[in-house]
Amino acid sequence: MPPDSEAIAEQVFAALADPTRRAILAALASGGPATATDLAGRLPITRQAIAKHLALLAEAGLVTAEPGERRRVRYRLRSAPMQVAQQFLAALARDWDNPLDALKDHLGR
Amino acid sequence: MGFPDRIERVVELAHPPTTVWAALTTADGLASWFGHQVAIDLRPGGSAQMTWTGGHTASMRIERVEEPAVFGFTWPIYGLPGDDPRRTYVEFTLEPTGGGTRLTVTETGFAQLPDDAYRTAYDGNTRGWASELGELADYLGAA
Repeated sequence: MPPDSEAIAEQVFAALADPTRRAILAALASGGPATATDLAGRLPITRQAIAKHLALLAEAGLVTAEPGERRRVRYRLRSAPMQVAQQFLAALARDWDNPLDALKDHLGR
Repeated sequence: MGFPDRIERVVELAHPPTTVWAALTTADGLASWFGHQVAIDLRPGGSAQMTWTGGHTASMRIERVEEPAVFGFTWPIYGLPGDDPRRTYVEFTLEPTGGGTRLTVTETGFAQLPDDAYRTAYDGNTRGWASELGELADYLGAA
Protein backbone atom coordinates (compact mmCIF):
# COMPACT_ATOMS: atom_id res chain seq x y z
CA MET A 1 0.00 0.00 0.00
CA PRO A 2 1.40 3.41 -0.87
CA PRO A 3 2.28 5.25 2.33
CA ASP A 4 0.05 8.18 1.45
CA SER A 5 -3.31 6.40 0.90
CA GLU A 6 -4.51 7.29 4.34
CA ALA A 7 -3.33 10.88 3.99
CA ILE A 8 -5.19 11.16 0.67
CA ALA A 9 -8.39 9.73 2.16
CA GLU A 10 -8.05 12.08 5.11
CA GLN A 11 -7.87 15.10 2.80
CA VAL A 12 -11.07 13.98 1.08
CA PHE A 13 -12.97 13.37 4.30
CA ALA A 14 -11.76 16.64 5.82
CA ALA A 15 -12.91 18.53 2.73
CA LEU A 16 -16.30 16.80 2.74
CA ALA A 17 -16.80 17.56 6.44
CA ASP A 18 -16.95 21.29 5.64
CA PRO A 19 -20.34 22.30 4.19
CA THR A 20 -18.93 25.00 1.90
CA ARG A 21 -16.20 22.81 0.47
CA ARG A 22 -18.69 19.97 0.13
CA ALA A 23 -20.99 22.25 -1.88
CA ILE A 24 -18.10 23.36 -4.12
CA LEU A 25 -16.98 19.77 -4.76
CA ALA A 26 -20.57 18.70 -5.43
CA ALA A 27 -20.99 21.57 -7.91
CA LEU A 28 -17.78 20.61 -9.73
CA ALA A 29 -18.87 16.96 -9.77
CA SER A 30 -22.29 17.71 -11.21
CA GLY A 31 -21.41 20.57 -13.53
CA GLY A 32 -17.80 19.97 -14.52
CA PRO A 33 -14.86 22.42 -14.42
CA ALA A 34 -15.77 25.93 -13.33
CA THR A 35 -14.24 29.26 -12.26
CA ALA A 36 -14.83 30.85 -8.86
CA THR A 37 -17.14 33.32 -10.62
CA ASP A 38 -19.15 30.49 -12.20
CA LEU A 39 -19.55 28.82 -8.82
CA ALA A 40 -20.50 32.08 -7.11
CA GLY A 41 -23.41 32.31 -9.55
CA ARG A 42 -24.63 28.86 -8.59
CA LEU A 43 -23.97 28.71 -4.86
CA PRO A 44 -25.13 30.95 -2.01
CA ILE A 45 -21.50 31.72 -1.17
CA THR A 46 -19.44 34.81 -1.97
CA ARG A 47 -16.90 34.67 -4.76
CA GLN A 48 -14.13 35.52 -2.32
CA ALA A 49 -15.04 32.64 -0.02
CA ILE A 50 -15.26 30.27 -2.97
CA ALA A 51 -11.86 31.39 -4.25
CA LYS A 52 -10.33 30.84 -0.81
CA HIS A 53 -11.80 27.33 -0.53
CA LEU A 54 -10.76 26.45 -4.09
CA ALA A 55 -7.18 27.44 -3.26
CA LEU A 56 -7.27 25.16 -0.22
CA LEU A 57 -8.78 22.33 -2.25
CA ALA A 58 -6.10 22.75 -4.91
CA GLU A 59 -3.39 22.68 -2.25
CA ALA A 60 -4.88 19.44 -0.91
CA GLY A 61 -4.83 17.96 -4.42
CA LEU A 62 -8.60 17.54 -4.66
CA VAL A 63 -9.00 20.00 -7.55
CA THR A 64 -6.56 21.25 -10.16
CA ALA A 65 -6.30 24.78 -11.47
CA GLU A 66 -6.16 25.27 -15.22
CA PRO A 67 -6.36 28.26 -17.55
CA GLY A 68 -9.95 29.18 -18.36
CA GLU A 69 -11.52 31.78 -20.61
CA ARG A 70 -10.72 35.47 -20.19
CA ARG A 71 -7.61 34.63 -18.17
CA ARG A 72 -9.67 33.25 -15.33
CA VAL A 73 -8.53 30.20 -13.43
CA ARG A 74 -10.83 27.26 -13.88
CA TYR A 75 -10.96 24.40 -11.36
CA ARG A 76 -11.44 20.75 -12.13
CA LEU A 77 -12.27 17.96 -9.69
CA ARG A 78 -9.60 15.24 -9.43
CA SER A 79 -11.12 11.79 -9.33
CA ALA A 80 -8.06 9.92 -8.02
CA PRO A 81 -8.25 11.00 -4.37
CA MET A 82 -12.01 10.40 -4.41
CA GLN A 83 -11.34 6.82 -5.53
CA VAL A 84 -8.96 6.31 -2.63
CA ALA A 85 -11.63 7.55 -0.22
CA GLN A 86 -14.13 5.23 -1.92
CA GLN A 87 -11.91 2.26 -1.13
CA PHE A 88 -11.73 3.32 2.49
CA LEU A 89 -15.54 3.41 2.58
CA ALA A 90 -15.75 0.10 0.72
CA ALA A 91 -13.90 -1.60 3.57
CA LEU A 92 -16.33 -0.07 6.07
CA ALA A 93 -19.30 -1.02 3.90
CA ARG A 94 -18.22 -4.64 3.43
CA ASP A 95 -20.53 -6.74 5.55
CA TRP A 96 -19.18 -10.13 6.59
CA ASP A 97 -20.99 -10.32 9.92
CA ASN A 98 -24.48 -10.86 8.53
CA PRO A 99 -23.44 -13.47 5.92
CA LEU A 100 -21.43 -15.40 8.54
CA ASP A 101 -24.43 -15.35 10.87
CA ALA A 102 -26.49 -16.67 7.96
CA LEU A 103 -23.90 -19.43 7.42
CA LYS A 104 -24.17 -20.43 11.08
CA ASP A 105 -27.96 -20.51 10.81
CA HIS A 106 -27.79 -22.53 7.61
CA LEU A 107 -25.46 -25.13 9.13
CA GLY A 108 -27.43 -25.20 12.35
CA ARG A 109 -30.55 -26.37 10.63
CA MET B 1 -2.23 2.42 10.18
CA GLY B 2 -5.75 3.72 9.85
CA PHE B 3 -6.61 2.65 6.33
CA PRO B 4 -8.64 -0.57 6.66
CA ASP B 5 -6.80 -2.76 4.15
CA ARG B 6 -7.70 -6.09 5.73
CA ILE B 7 -10.88 -7.53 7.19
CA GLU B 8 -10.76 -10.71 9.25
CA ARG B 9 -13.45 -12.71 11.01
CA VAL B 10 -13.21 -16.02 12.84
CA VAL B 11 -16.25 -18.15 13.57
CA GLU B 12 -16.47 -21.46 15.38
CA LEU B 13 -18.84 -23.87 13.70
CA ALA B 14 -20.21 -27.12 15.10
CA HIS B 15 -19.83 -28.99 11.82
CA PRO B 16 -16.76 -30.73 10.36
CA PRO B 17 -14.73 -29.06 7.59
CA THR B 18 -16.25 -31.24 4.84
CA THR B 19 -19.75 -29.92 5.66
CA VAL B 20 -18.55 -26.33 5.86
CA TRP B 21 -16.56 -26.80 2.65
CA ALA B 22 -19.75 -27.73 0.78
CA ALA B 23 -21.49 -24.62 2.10
CA LEU B 24 -18.63 -22.43 0.85
CA THR B 25 -17.87 -23.97 -2.53
CA THR B 26 -21.04 -25.35 -4.09
CA ALA B 27 -23.78 -23.38 -5.82
CA ASP B 28 -26.45 -24.83 -3.53
CA GLY B 29 -24.34 -24.24 -0.45
CA LEU B 30 -23.52 -20.63 -1.29
CA ALA B 31 -27.10 -19.89 -2.31
CA SER B 32 -28.32 -21.03 1.09
CA TRP B 33 -26.45 -18.33 3.04
CA PHE B 34 -24.56 -15.90 0.82
CA GLY B 35 -25.94 -15.10 -2.62
CA HIS B 36 -29.42 -15.83 -3.86
CA GLN B 37 -28.42 -17.25 -7.23
CA VAL B 38 -24.99 -18.76 -7.59
CA ALA B 39 -23.07 -20.40 -10.42
CA ILE B 40 -19.59 -21.71 -9.71
CA ASP B 41 -16.84 -23.45 -11.67
CA LEU B 42 -14.77 -24.73 -8.75
CA ARG B 43 -11.14 -24.77 -9.89
CA PRO B 44 -8.28 -22.30 -9.73
CA GLY B 45 -8.89 -19.88 -12.59
CA GLY B 46 -12.58 -20.79 -12.68
CA SER B 47 -15.27 -18.19 -12.22
CA ALA B 48 -18.31 -17.82 -10.04
CA GLN B 49 -21.26 -15.51 -10.34
CA MET B 50 -23.45 -14.48 -7.47
CA THR B 51 -26.68 -12.54 -7.70
CA TRP B 52 -28.61 -11.01 -4.83
CA THR B 53 -32.32 -10.26 -4.76
CA GLY B 54 -31.66 -6.51 -4.90
CA GLY B 55 -30.12 -7.06 -8.34
CA HIS B 56 -26.51 -6.70 -7.22
CA THR B 57 -24.17 -9.21 -8.84
CA ALA B 58 -20.56 -10.15 -8.22
CA SER B 59 -18.20 -12.02 -10.50
CA MET B 60 -15.52 -13.93 -8.68
CA ARG B 61 -12.34 -15.44 -10.02
CA ILE B 62 -11.36 -18.51 -8.06
CA GLU B 63 -7.74 -18.60 -6.98
CA ARG B 64 -7.26 -21.39 -4.41
CA VAL B 65 -9.12 -24.67 -4.04
CA GLU B 66 -7.55 -26.92 -1.40
CA GLU B 67 -10.37 -29.12 -0.17
CA PRO B 68 -11.36 -28.96 2.62
CA ALA B 69 -8.95 -26.37 4.01
CA VAL B 70 -8.52 -23.28 1.79
CA PHE B 71 -10.86 -21.57 -0.65
CA GLY B 72 -9.80 -18.23 -2.13
CA PHE B 73 -11.17 -15.90 -4.77
CA THR B 74 -10.94 -12.30 -5.94
CA TRP B 75 -13.91 -10.08 -6.63
CA PRO B 76 -14.55 -6.42 -7.44
CA ILE B 77 -14.49 -3.94 -4.58
CA TYR B 78 -18.07 -3.40 -3.52
CA GLY B 79 -19.23 0.14 -4.15
CA LEU B 80 -16.73 0.94 -6.89
CA PRO B 81 -17.86 1.31 -10.50
CA GLY B 82 -18.23 -2.00 -12.36
CA ASP B 83 -15.36 -1.27 -14.73
CA ASP B 84 -12.90 -0.48 -11.94
CA PRO B 85 -10.02 -2.98 -12.21
CA ARG B 86 -9.31 -3.11 -8.48
CA ARG B 87 -10.32 -6.33 -6.72
CA THR B 88 -10.00 -7.65 -3.21
CA TYR B 89 -8.88 -11.17 -2.30
CA VAL B 90 -11.12 -13.25 -0.08
CA GLU B 91 -9.79 -16.38 1.59
CA PHE B 92 -11.64 -18.88 3.72
CA THR B 93 -9.54 -21.22 5.83
CA LEU B 94 -11.06 -24.19 7.62
CA GLU B 95 -9.35 -25.81 10.60
CA PRO B 96 -10.80 -28.89 12.29
CA THR B 97 -11.55 -28.38 15.98
CA GLY B 98 -12.78 -31.52 17.72
CA GLY B 99 -15.95 -32.29 15.76
CA GLY B 100 -16.27 -28.75 14.43
CA THR B 101 -14.49 -26.17 12.32
CA ARG B 102 -12.78 -22.89 13.00
CA LEU B 103 -13.59 -20.83 9.91
CA THR B 104 -11.49 -17.74 9.21
CA VAL B 105 -12.40 -15.33 6.44
CA THR B 106 -9.99 -12.61 5.41
CA GLU B 107 -10.55 -10.00 2.74
CA THR B 108 -7.52 -7.95 1.74
CA GLY B 109 -6.64 -5.28 -0.78
CA PHE B 110 -8.90 -2.35 0.08
CA ALA B 111 -5.89 -0.05 0.35
CA GLN B 112 -4.32 -1.15 -2.92
CA LEU B 113 -3.54 1.44 -5.52
CA PRO B 114 -2.21 -0.35 -8.61
CA ASP B 115 0.60 1.48 -10.33
CA ASP B 116 -1.25 1.86 -13.59
CA ALA B 117 -4.45 3.13 -11.98
CA TYR B 118 -2.36 5.43 -9.82
CA ARG B 119 -0.58 6.89 -12.81
CA THR B 120 -3.70 7.13 -14.91
CA ALA B 121 -5.55 8.88 -12.15
CA TYR B 122 -2.78 11.14 -10.94
CA ASP B 123 -1.47 12.22 -14.28
CA GLY B 124 -4.61 14.17 -14.08
CA ASN B 125 -5.98 16.46 -16.65
CA THR B 126 -5.42 14.51 -19.81
CA ARG B 127 -7.66 11.67 -18.64
CA GLY B 128 -11.18 11.37 -17.36
CA TRP B 129 -14.45 12.51 -18.79
CA ALA B 130 -13.12 15.57 -20.53
CA SER B 131 -10.72 13.53 -22.64
CA GLU B 132 -13.26 10.81 -23.26
CA LEU B 133 -15.77 13.39 -24.40
CA GLY B 134 -13.01 14.79 -26.59
CA GLU B 135 -12.43 11.35 -28.07
CA LEU B 136 -16.16 10.99 -28.67
CA ALA B 137 -16.17 14.36 -30.42
CA ASP B 138 -13.19 13.29 -32.56
CA TYR B 139 -14.91 10.03 -33.39
CA LEU B 140 -18.17 11.76 -34.36
CA GLY B 141 -16.23 14.37 -36.30
CA ALA B 142 -14.40 11.72 -38.29
CA ALA B 143 -17.58 9.79 -39.09
